[in-house]
Formats: sequence, C-alpha cells, structure tokens
Amino acid sequence: MLGIDDTWIALAYGLCMLSTLLSVVWGVVNWNRGDEAPLPEDVRWAREEKDAEEAQ
Amino acid sequence: MLPALGQAVGLIDILVVLLYLLVTVFLGWLGFRRTTTAADYLLAGRQVHPFVMALSYGATFISTSAIVGFGGVAAMFGMSLLWLTFCNIFVGIFIAFIFLGGPTRKMGHHLDAHTFGELLGRRYQSRTLQGLVGLIIFVFMPLYAAAVLIGGAEFVAAQFNVDYTVALLVFSVLVAVYVVSGGMKGLMYTEAFQAIVMVVGMLVLLVGTYAILGGVTPAHHALTGMNDQVFPGFRAIGHRGFTAMPQFGWGDMKYNLWWIVVSTIILGVGIGVLAQPQLAVRFMTVSSKRQLNRAVAIGAFFILVVPGVAFTVGALSNVYFHQHEVIRGRLINETPSADVVVKRDHTGVKTVPCRLIHLDTTGDGHANVDLIAEGLGPAAKIMPHANIVNLSDGKVEVRPAATSFTRSLVHTARGWELNPDSIIPLFITSAMPNWFGMVFLLTLLAAAMSTLASQFHAQGAALSRDCIGAMRPNRPHGIFATRMAIIVGIILAVALAHHLRGGYIIARATAIFFGLCAAAFLPAFIGGLFFRRMTPAAAISSLIVGALVSTAWIVLVKLPESAMFGLAQKCSGKASLLLDHPNWPVVDPIVIALPISLLTAIVVSCLTRPCAKDHLDRCFRQSV
Repeated sequence: MLGIDDTWIALAYGLCMLSTLLSVVWGVVNWNRGDEAPLPEDVRWAREEKDAEEAQ
Repeated sequence: MLPALGQAVGLIDILVVLLYLLVTVFLGWLGFRRTTTAADYLLAGRQVHPFVMALSYGATFISTSAIVGFGGVAAMFGMSLLWLTFCNIFVGIFIAFIFLGGPTRKMGHHLDAHTFGELLGRRYQSRTLQGLVGLIIFVFMPLYAAAVLIGGAEFVAAQFNVDYTVALLVFSVLVAVYVVSGGMKGLMYTEAFQAIVMVVGMLVLLVGTYAILGGVTPAHHALTGMNDQVFPGFRAIGHRGFTAMPQFGWGDMKYNLWWIVVSTIILGVGIGVLAQPQLAVRFMTVSSKRQLNRAVAIGAFFILVVPGVAFTVGALSNVYFHQHEVIRGRLINETPSADVVVKRDHTGVKTVPCRLIHLDTTGDGHANVDLIAEGLGPAAKIMPHANIVNLSDGKVEVRPAATSFTRSLVHTARGWELNPDSIIPLFITSAMPNWFGMVFLLTLLAAAMSTLASQFHAQGAALSRDCIGAMRPNRPHGIFATRMAIIVGIILAVALAHHLRGGYIIARATAIFFGLCAAAFLPAFIGGLFFRRMTPAAAISSLIVGALVSTAWIVLVKLPESAMFGLAQKCSGKASLLLDHPNWPVVDPIVIALPISLLTAIVVSCLTRPCAKDHLDRCFRQSV
C-alpha cells in the first residue's frame, strides 16, 4: 500500500485513517445529541473554578 | 545569540513573524475583553465552540514532546511509530472523549472536584488517596515538563544556531514569565489559534516533504530502499528497515527494539494518556456531552495531522538527508579526528572516530553547520561519507549522504555526539524555507507553553489542594503554596532538561511519566467512574502498588534508567537485576505494573467494603 510492503506498518497506516474516519463519523452523527442545560451544581463548580483561576 | 539571529532572519521572516505575533496578541486581547476560559463559558451559560474546545485540548495534549521527541524516534526507528498515532486517535480521543469524558465531567461536578486528586479523593472519601495522587503528580510531573522544555530548546538551538544551554535558559525564562503572568488560565482562543497554525504547519511540512521526495509512493519506496543504511547498532537489536516493524520475539538481544517500540513508545504513551491528570481535569470544564461528541471529530483529525505527520516526516527525513540534502557554504575548519558519541549505556560510552567538517552557510564567518565527513578506520563502513565539491567562488558544496541519525551531530559539554532529539529541528531548518522554520518555531514554542502551563498548574494544584489540602481540609487553599510549587516545578524541570539531554530522552521521559500515571491512577480512575463496587482500600492499594512497581522496575531493571540510578549495580553488581535475561531490561514498566495494579484493585475490592450507598448514589446520580 502506497509503497509500504510491511503488513504491520500498512495496517497501522490504514488504522490511523480508519480511526480518524470513525471519529469524524461519530462526531457528525452525534453533532446535536447530548445537549444538557447547566445544573446548579455545574454553575457552582464553574464559579469555584473561576475563583481558583483568579487566585493564581 | 543576537548576531546569529540577525544573520538568520530576513525581511519576509520578520513580516511573517510580526503577523503571527499580531494575531496572537489580538486574540489574547479579545480573550481578556470577552469571556476566556471554559469556566467563564459555563458561568455565562454559553458553550465554547466545539472547534475551539477540541483544538485547545489538542494544544495542551500535543506539543514539542510529540513533534520533536517522538518525531526524532520515528527518524531512528521508522514508521512503526504510526501505531502510536493510531493509539493517540483511538484511545486518546475516541475512547477518552466518548467513554471517559462524560462520566468524569458529571462525577467531578457532583463531587465539586477541581483537581484529579480531589476527584479520586472525594469519589473514595479518602484524604489519604487525594494526598497520594497529589504527591505523585508533584514529584513526577517535572520529568514530563522537562521533556517538553528539551523539545523547545532543541528547536531554538537549531533554528538560531545557538548553544543548547543558552536556548534552554532563554526558553525557560519565557515560560516562567508566561506562567507567572497568568498565562496558565487556559486562554482557549489563543490555544485554538496555536493548534490551527500547528495543523497548517504540519500539512505544509507533509506536502513539502513528499514534494521534495518525488511523491507519496516514490518516497516510501526510497525509504524502504534505505534498509542497508540502518545503523549497525540498531540492526543488532532488531531494526529491519524504516518501513518495517522491528523483529518480534523473546529471549534474545535481537528482539530488544520491538519491545522498546511496542512496550515503551506505543503502549506506555498510548494507554498512559487515559490517566493524564491535566487532561482528565479538562473534561470537567466541558458544558455538555454534545461538546464532547463534536470534539471527537475535530480532535481525531488534529491528532492524525500533528503527531501523525511528525512521525511520517520523521521517518522520511532519512531519504531527504541521504539523497537530497545539499549544503553550500564556506568551509571554516575541520576536526581531523573526533570521537563521536553514538550511544551511552550500561557498558559505557560508545564512540566512533570520525573526521568532521564545519561550514558557514550564513556568511557571518562562523561555522553554523557541523557534519560528519567520514568515519575513520573501520568506522568508514558504518558512518556516512560526505561528497565535498569545491566551487569557483571559494565555497564548497556538500552532500552529507547521512541518515537522520548520523546527521544529528551536536556539540555538547561532553564533546561531539549524535542526538536524535535534534533531527526534526535540523530537518525543518535544512529542508524548509526560513520563514516556515520561524513560524513553526513560534507555533511549537507557543504550544509548548500551553502544555507547560497546564503541567505546572497541575503541579501547583497537586501540592496546595491535594497534598496540603488533604492534611488541612478546613483551611483555604494557599496561593503561596501553589506558587511555590509552580516555581519549584519550573526549577526542577529546567535542571532535568539541562542534565538529561541526549539518548532520545524526550520520548523516554514522556513514556516514564505516562506509564507511571497509567499504573498508579488508571484502575482507581476507571474503577471509580464505572464500578460502585470499587472500594477505597482497593483504590489506595492499587495506586501504591502501581507506583511502587513502576518505580522499582525503572530503578532496578529498566535500562538505561537503572544504570543511571546505580542501585542495581550496588545490589547485584549488574546495571540491571535482569541483565542476563533478555528482553526484560527493555520491557516498559507499564507492562508489569499496570496488570499488577489492576489485579490488586480487583482482589482488594473483593475483600473490602465499598463506600456507603448514599455517597455512591451521589457520585453516580444521573443529571436530568
């Protein structure tokens, strides 16, 4: 494949492409899924995180 | 440094760099005017754009360690490193984002945890565990930070032709100023911009490299054709060519390289990424699962392009250096006979006698390119033989005909040596236009700063919130302790970076840290996220066992690290306790320590009591 004769290297090359494709397809298919309104605990967490950032 | 800078930089270079800096400053200003960090977005009830979120994560994840360090390893050992790219994409992005991201975010918010130590400590209701996590991060993070620092310093040294120590000092001062002035607040737009420049830079590098080498298939064929050029020392441990996996087997030195590449480089780093404290904490800053879903697509593409290209180009740099590189300049002087260090291991320093030439290619009268002209005596067979032609204008035209490894000649305080961590900077300096090298350098340094900032931030929080916080839970977390921890972290990282140069230390140091994190944290982290039956005693014991086995393996068995510590030598008279049992001394600690740590977690969980039901309900409750 593309001048690479060793099966294991060609497999790694192919798996890099396939896993990227899988991730892109997953991302596109689920693009609008999983939206969650922030809960009070999320806001409390963010406020504390902000305080910790500003303290540094 | 300044005269070298003046010679190296032209008008186009200055314009490109100014444009880059202007955009960075503008984004920084924009960031200060508007909401900037992930916490700001959460507070404002808005979502970070998925591109920005994924790319800023990428800039924290990937930096000089991957590009310079592991790219240099690919130049030595070949395309087998593409397996690491696959692991980075599939494990580091797909599995981490889809399976770990959501539960980490939810549990972190349920338990109001802000550090990795707090997450584990509160999940298992154990301040001891929180303190231990903080201690491990505080003690070992400087090693990983040193790897990133070395990568940046190597690039500065090659681009401006300055001494490595000077480059390290300048870079360290820049990093210290950046971190101390508040740069550690993840300015997401600036980080995302750095990531975009990295992506564009790597794509240009990939296309440029294939164009120089005559196209994709011819380049790979040419690389395969260089099998006879593999350095004899590498061939002896199983190197079968730059487009082939090393020889697989057990019980003989000729299988060492397979175990180095697969256990240390691929498994150590590929699996270790799941338990990286500074990356796990990033999942808590995400506002919804939707963001994680979207980030999977962008993150995977980023990893494919950045480390994927670095490893491919690293391997292909052999063809460039061997067949295409032509250097024109004035021959300043020669070193008739120099003992070039090719390896330092438990048996001592291995040197090869060579004749060296020193060229001035910038016209300032000072030598800025050092090359091996030929090996002397028997070394003539294993070292490159440069073709030198005298030109009519008094200059010379040199074709070094080196492999990437034999081209990576640097002068250190210890003399002349081959340094794989210099290969990628040398390749970009030699093969690409100067303006590209400058932009690439700035991008790499910026990405290194993002990574270093997150590392030092994690280290500061580990000491103040986890170690001290666990001991004095009712007192406010000390800003002084955080800052002291960061300063100590910077000093330790700089000292390590100065002391440890050579022997592909960037990749080795990164692998040690990643492997240690996996063995110590992974069972407690995964068990804590998914299994109610995982007990506090199991988490603590797996962490202690994982950390101790990893450390003991590094100090007593794993070469070349065990030789450096010298404890095995004192105990057994050998550099490694298992020196007479190949291939054990090159097996990475993760292969031993992670299964033992996992087994400990399972056995102790079966024998001890989990946390109270109401606490577990709080940890695992679904957000609706």
